[in-house]
Amino acid sequence: MKRIYSVLVENKAGVLCKVAGLFWRRCFNIDSLVVGTTDKPDVSNMIIVSSGDGKTLEQIEKQLNKKLDVIKVKTFDEQEAVSRELMLIKLKYNRDNRRDIIENCEICGASIVDMSRNLMTVQMCDTPERVQIFLDSMRSVSIVEITRTGTLALSKCINGQ
Amino acid sequence: MSDEVRMNGADAAIKCLEAEGVEYVFGYPGVAICPFYDSILGSNIKTILVRQEQNAAHEASGYARISGRTGVVAVTSGPGAENLITGIATAFADSIPMVCITGQVDSNQMGSDVFQEADISGAVESFVKYSYIVRDASEVAQIFKEAFFIAGSGRKGPVLIDFPCDVQKEIVKKFEYPETVKMRTYKPTVSGNTIQIRKVTGKLEDAKRPLLCVGGGVLLSDAASSVRSFAEEHGIPVVCTMMGLSVMPTDHPLFFGMVGNNGQYSANQAMNDADMIIVVGARVADRSINRPAVITEGKTLVHIDVDPAEIGKNAGPNIPLVGDIRHIFAEFEKLEFESDYSEWVGKIDHYRKQTVHENQIAARKAAMIRSGNTVDPRAFIRALSLAMDDDAVYVADVGQNQLWSCANAVIRDDGRFLTSGGMGTMGYALGASIGAKLAAPGRQVIGVNGDGAFQMSFMELATACEYGVQVKNIVIRNNWLGLVRQYQHFAYNDRFSVTDLSGSPDLEKIAAAYGMDYLKLDSEDDREKTIDAFLKDERSVLLEVMVDPNELA
Repeated sequence: MKRIYSVLVENKAGVLCKVAGLFWRRCFNIDSLVVGTTDKPDVSNMIIVSSGDGKTLEQIEKQLNKKLDVIKVKTFDEQEAVSRELMLIKLKYNRDNRRDIIENCEICGASIVDMSRNLMTVQMCDTPERVQIFLDSMRSVSIVEITRTGTLALSKCINGQ
Repeated sequence: MSDEVRMNGADAAIKCLEAEGVEYVFGYPGVAICPFYDSILGSNIKTILVRQEQNAAHEASGYARISGRTGVVAVTSGPGAENLITGIATAFADSIPMVCITGQVDSNQMGSDVFQEADISGAVESFVKYSYIVRDASEVAQIFKEAFFIAGSGRKGPVLIDFPCDVQKEIVKKFEYPETVKMRTYKPTVSGNTIQIRKVTGKLEDAKRPLLCVGGGVLLSDAASSVRSFAEEHGIPVVCTMMGLSVMPTDHPLFFGMVGNNGQYSANQAMNDADMIIVVGARVADRSINRPAVITEGKTLVHIDVDPAEIGKNAGPNIPLVGDIRHIFAEFEKLEFESDYSEWVGKIDHYRKQTVHENQIAARKAAMIRSGNTVDPRAFIRALSLAMDDDAVYVADVGQNQLWSCANAVIRDDGRFLTSGGMGTMGYALGASIGAKLAAPGRQVIGVNGDGAFQMSFMELATACEYGVQVKNIVIRNNWLGLVRQYQHFAYNDRFSVTDLSGSPDLEKIAAAYGMDYLKLDSEDDREKTIDAFLKDERSVLLEVMVDPNELA
């Protein structure tokens, strides 16, 4: 089972390391990990996607709560969240496949953010699922480099909250 | 308190220790911690120079467990700090409150592999409750206040403070030790949930065969007498984990022994047969309960602990109850419920009587094949502990000596049993016995070691000599690494590998080298008088007890 952990942490040196270290030490999976500051400069938000059975997922939450740099832990499933991932892909293109690549980008909602005579960098920002679909559609093209952020997520807005 | 005097980071640290009422600092200096050790000369805090840094942690541990205070260690950077790692991990595994100060190279040199530099806070991250690197001398007061708070509250444990040398020397413009500390990320639960508490007593009314299983948490919470009164008032039988030994006096009519792989038959049977198990201050660890299903299937499981992460980690309880044990049992005391478990207690008592009988038969059989010039370790430990003072502290090391101690040591009402349970660190006992003696100079403190463990730690006899600490230590000698040899006997068909200790030294000469008295026990006839001489000796004394390597624990 997959689960998303939204962990508010003190924005201090070493905190990312300590949290990642916790997953390592206890043999919990990290499917993806993204961290950035929030509107409060002394607080960062870490989004960690993990997988395991129910008992493991419960332990992850409890062990995270024990960490003294962790302010608060929220956890939710993929269906309860608004998730996004950003990907940049650098491709080699030529006159023959240029049109196809551009059409693919238009269909998927990706944009071309950088270009040279035979290289282009494409940016795709969408749900992790659609990002993966776009990447899969580019397999026939010569991919030079890829970078992905991993899943960013917030829980869905609910009436009454 | 506030001070506007010219002081540096090290001075500030010493002031913090004074404010925390620290009596002893165990450690070993080096350049990176010199400012700290210079500053301490102006204080009434007593420093104990150990002979290897790992033992500083063991000594602080023994001190902490007997005094109820947080142990303090101060060592230098690099190898000094690295040597402490095992000691810190040992304390972490058994939740012992400790503040470990490690000197560090200058801040501007950190990360560049200079002499005696080590990333100690990275290295110990999985064995500490928290760690700090002091970046600025003005942070010292807040850091130390937090460190002591974290170490000594909730689920207690070690906290590391890495202290760069230049920051120790940096001038502090103003020093004020905080009265209180509030951390938004750390709020340990103290009071148990009232509804859950009532659920427990409600269930106890329905239960026919309830059992209390007590662990080290009861002792850490200083709740042994409350838990005992509760058991006595309602006639509930009690078993314990290794770390819970001495919560109940071993000969108490409601106490049925230690559970687990190396526990007593009566205790394990009681766990099997119970219909309600109340685990108090124990973490359902693999040595005690290696099949968690045993305590959940067909039973009501109550788990009382200060650490919510332990509840449900290995076994899912029906009634989780998070909080400090002393507070929770104070609440239990106010509640009344009907209870009559005398038939159940009688049943477990029957198991116990069976075991006594079987043990006697086993002892007679063993005596017949035991080699000459050796004694029965179990009978020795029982006789020793019976002759010990009521409030004596028995410190067991790790290995066969530990298992024989757990099974045979008689602990009375005010007696105490210490060992390295969670991490099983060899060499713990000698250091811990020194720390325990410093915490309670008026109490009899006896350390029991195997010959392997003793050789890992005996350099600390010099520490004891230097500070006039009376050491009563026993070496149970079989010239093998006993417990590993035993394992190799069962699992590898006597293919003994790397467990032969025949190169061990003459302990009589070792004792003499440290100015200690020496006794040897190699005959059953001499047992009572040797134990008597050992206990009555007013000087430090080493007793070597010869045991057959084929004895099984």
